[in-house]
Amino acid sequence: MAKATREAYGQALKKLSATNPKVVVLDADLSGSTKTVEFKKVSPERFFNVGIAEQNLIGTAAGLSLVGKIPFASTFAMFATGRAFEIIRNTVAYPSLNVKIAATHAGLTVGEDGGSHQAIEDISLMRTIPGMTLINPADAREAEQAVLKAAEFVGPVYIRLGRMAVEDVYDDSYVFELGKGVQLKEGSDLTIIATGLMVQQSLKAAEILKEEGISARVINIHTIKPIDRDIIINAAKETKAIVTAEEHSIIGGLGSAVLEVLSDEYPVPLKRVGVLDTFGESGKPKDLLKKYKLTPEDIVEQAKKALKLKR
Amino acid sequence: MKYDQLKVIARSMRRNILTMIYKAKSGHPGGSLSAVEIMTYLYFKEMNIDSPTDEGRDRFILSKGHGAPVLYAVLMEKGFISKDLIPTLRQVNSKLQGHPDMKKLPEVEASTGSLGQGLSIANGMALGFKIDNKPNRVFALLGDGELNEGMIWEAAMLANHYNLDNLTAILDHNGLQIDGKNEDVMTIEPIDKKFQAFGWHVIKIDGHSFEEIEKAFEERKTINKPAIIIAKTTKGKGCSFMEDEAGWHGKAPNDEEFCLAMEEMGDIGDKIDGGGLNG
Repeated sequence: MAKATREAYGQALKKLSATNPKVVVLDADLSGSTKTVEFKKVSPERFFNVGIAEQNLIGTAAGLSLVGKIPFASTFAMFATGRAFEIIRNTVAYPSLNVKIAATHAGLTVGEDGGSHQAIEDISLMRTIPGMTLINPADAREAEQAVLKAAEFVGPVYIRLGRMAVEDVYDDSYVFELGKGVQLKEGSDLTIIATGLMVQQSLKAAEILKEEGISARVINIHTIKPIDRDIIINAAKETKAIVTAEEHSIIGGLGSAVLEVLSDEYPVPLKRVGVLDTFGESGKPKDLLKKYKLTPEDIVEQAKKALKLKR
Repeated sequence: MKYDQLKVIARSMRRNILTMIYKAKSGHPGGSLSAVEIMTYLYFKEMNIDSPTDEGRDRFILSKGHGAPVLYAVLMEKGFISKDLIPTLRQVNSKLQGHPDMKKLPEVEASTGSLGQGLSIANGMALGFKIDNKPNRVFALLGDGELNEGMIWEAAMLANHYNLDNLTAILDHNGLQIDGKNEDVMTIEPIDKKFQAFGWHVIKIDGHSFEEIEKAFEERKTINKPAIIIAKTTKGKGCSFMEDEAGWHGKAPNDEEFCLAMEEMGDIGDKIDGGGLNG
């Protein structure tokens, strides 16, 4: 089954409206797209539209958290992390307020709206803020659980959600654990470490590699900060080559985070799959993933390069 | 006299503000001194606040966070924080950061300093109280320079849209910002008409007159919508050489200037009507 992580966000909010009276939801005139409208339908008295004003969106959420509410603030990732960056940094994260920023339409798969609306810097921006927790779910199931977990967790959280439907990575038995990477496939020749939409691409890449006799481990890093250092270091020690994959700039995102861990602890050859320091453009999500080299075949290509660098 | 007690507190605050900044050798005296009477009245007459942790307390947000010394000074007068902290302003490991930091000093209600953000925080608090039908009120002190920030007007719109009648903004309108007079840097007048157009009730007063401050807050209580008190003030008030000088926005007095300023303000035990400032 395929479902967008933003749809799962709407469903999770609906559940929270029934289970947690402290939860309030704010949106900046995009509630139909971000799916916060699902919360508005059931708890209109706890839903606040702030209009097209992302700075005030975050500032107001900060104030609500200071009087005991658990605010979820939503808009597109571009505007949440770009336009409101400094408010997130100074008014939310600096005092460690309990604000959840759930941003949708992250990455190139925004599609037709084009480069102005495709946030490919948001992981980098949020990751650099001290004390920020950053979650990028791989499928709808993981997204729903991550949102529910974020409501329980005390502190600022950024949740990165997508517009496009993504295939199921998990079945019903899956239990999301904040801060813990998930090994989805065992492998011994190299490890593909992926996040978000690129997890499904990586699983397909591993199948292609298997047909060519290459055994690839696949790890999903849903919590990019704080990152699961152990699972990364073990993968480096055991497979001795890494490929990272993310629907994000190759600068500052998951690839950089993994490099930071390995450079400190256990350097091995590493290739990064991501958007190559350029902006996106209009197009069908599928065509964009192809043009910007985010397909399973692109992961396979980088995997082979990483293998060649293995000592 | 009716306001003698407040004047004594105000004088003590001015001395402490100057002493903090003098010892730190940096800080913002001008915009701290201009807000002394407003802060004194808020904390000693207007706000319901007997302790900095009581759930039922009214909330105060210092949107113009560089005025931190005046906030620290009033918290000292309330007995919420110790006067022993005076020499620690802006020093490493101090609770008294250059701009208010609620993690280091939980007695302040929010971390502020980056301008234009406090009104949004106050909005969020006021919204939260309203949806719970709680009586708590929220007060935010704004600087006139920070009205240049677009976010202020986003917040002004929201306060009207959600009819935040439990929110009161006070504008410390001293007319100066870092690069000079408001009108030379960026025209913000007519401030009253702007806020009126945004749906706010506007009250204009002399921000150094306790009588006018009191009247303003009493008038505010009769109005069922967000209100702003535009308080005309003098930057550096109480210190002759600092008054109305943009250069004293963010500069500490030297030894000589400090002694002169303290002499002008008078000793704590002096008669209230004696000094030029408090007479």
